[in-house]
Amino acid sequence: MTRKSRRLYFVLLGLLGLGAGLALVLTAFNDNIVFFFSPTEVAAKHPKPDQRLRVGGLVVDGSVQKNGTEVVFTVTDMSNVLPIKYVGILPDLFREGQGIIAEGHMGPDGIFAANEVLAKHDEKYMPKEVADALKKSGRWQEGSNAKHPAPENAQR
Amino acid sequence: MHRFANPTQFMRIANAIYPWVAGVAILCFLFGLPIALITSPADYQQGNTVRILYLHVPAAVLAEMIYYAMAAGSAAYLIWRHPMANLVAKASAPMGAMFTALCLICGMLWGEPMWGTFWVWDARLTSTLIMFFFYLGYLALGDAFEDPERGDRASAILALVGVVNVPIIKFSVNWWNTLHQPASLSLTKSNMSGDMLLPLFLMMGAYAAFYVTVLIIRVRSELLAAKIRNARMSQIAAMPQMAE
Repeated sequence: MTRKSRRLYFVLLGLLGLGAGLALVLTAFNDNIVFFFSPTEVAAKHPKPDQRLRVGGLVVDGSVQKNGTEVVFTVTDMSNVLPIKYVGILPDLFREGQGIIAEGHMGPDGIFAANEVLAKHDEKYMPKEVADALKKSGRWQEGSNAKHPAPENAQR
Repeated sequence: MHRFANPTQFMRIANAIYPWVAGVAILCFLFGLPIALITSPADYQQGNTVRILYLHVPAAVLAEMIYYAMAAGSAAYLIWRHPMANLVAKASAPMGAMFTALCLICGMLWGEPMWGTFWVWDARLTSTLIMFFFYLGYLALGDAFEDPERGDRASAILALVGVVNVPIIKFSVNWWNTLHQPASLSLTKSNMSGDMLLPLFLMMGAYAAFYVTVLIIRVRSELLAAKIRNARMSQIAAMPQMAE
């Protein structure tokens, strides 16, 4: 074996080993890498009241109630729902049907008390006229997320 | 492949395409920027904020592509000891770091109004930041040795270590749930309307052509610097009193 081909195999083996090691690490830390849990996962986990976590889901249509600065709403992953209460300013994109992520902890009353609410947006971009035309022709998928529930996220 | 290892051959080709890529870069910027920032439609959801996309997405694409180029050059240097491959890798690194920084800054400025935060530690954002650190580490490590060749070898190995991170950036939004949304574009489908794709592709062309243009300038000046170094060395060697 020439030195060149030895070096070639060395580099390839090195990359392979590095990739395999990294894959193992990432799989092992999967729970720490995911940015948020779905309502189903939260229900399965029974988080302690002092455990901070993030939940994500779509804001259920008609669930948003505002009393002063406090907002109560429900998020869903299409199989389970979770009520959330939050005091503060909501991001501009927050609306019914929108994907959101809330950080906080489970209250004893089963309501998730959020300290921070972030809005997710989907990967679709189009001018307003196109969106209106799609709505008119009935080809619009509401929340754009609803039919493909926050694509990759809801499956988890 | 090996004929590119010859600097004269490499520069002959590089000099021939140089005016073309420079022209493409200028034209794409000239047409792309006004379309992206002024005449393209606002998004139905995000309004005019969507225009950040035309700066952010091409920067992200280029940052990843340049990392692959840098890693390929580093591998060719380590395995076949091609000095030209190393030169290309070294000349690419600052460009990649610049595009990564641009991507991160634009992304933060976009995240604040849309998501409600400048930064979160989700998989996409974190892996992109790691790539930025690999670029900076590559630049720093190469200059950290007395012997330039040892520095080149060490930084080439670092570039190869960091390359495993780049596919993670790409697939992070599919493998884990993240705040960042999945890709809008793939080879088979697009989730963007046509009048938004045009400025996006123009800006991608502009960034890519700009990268190649600057790459040629950097490699050319590196080769000239090496020539000057060699000339000085032989001058010094020729001086009788210094020869001792």
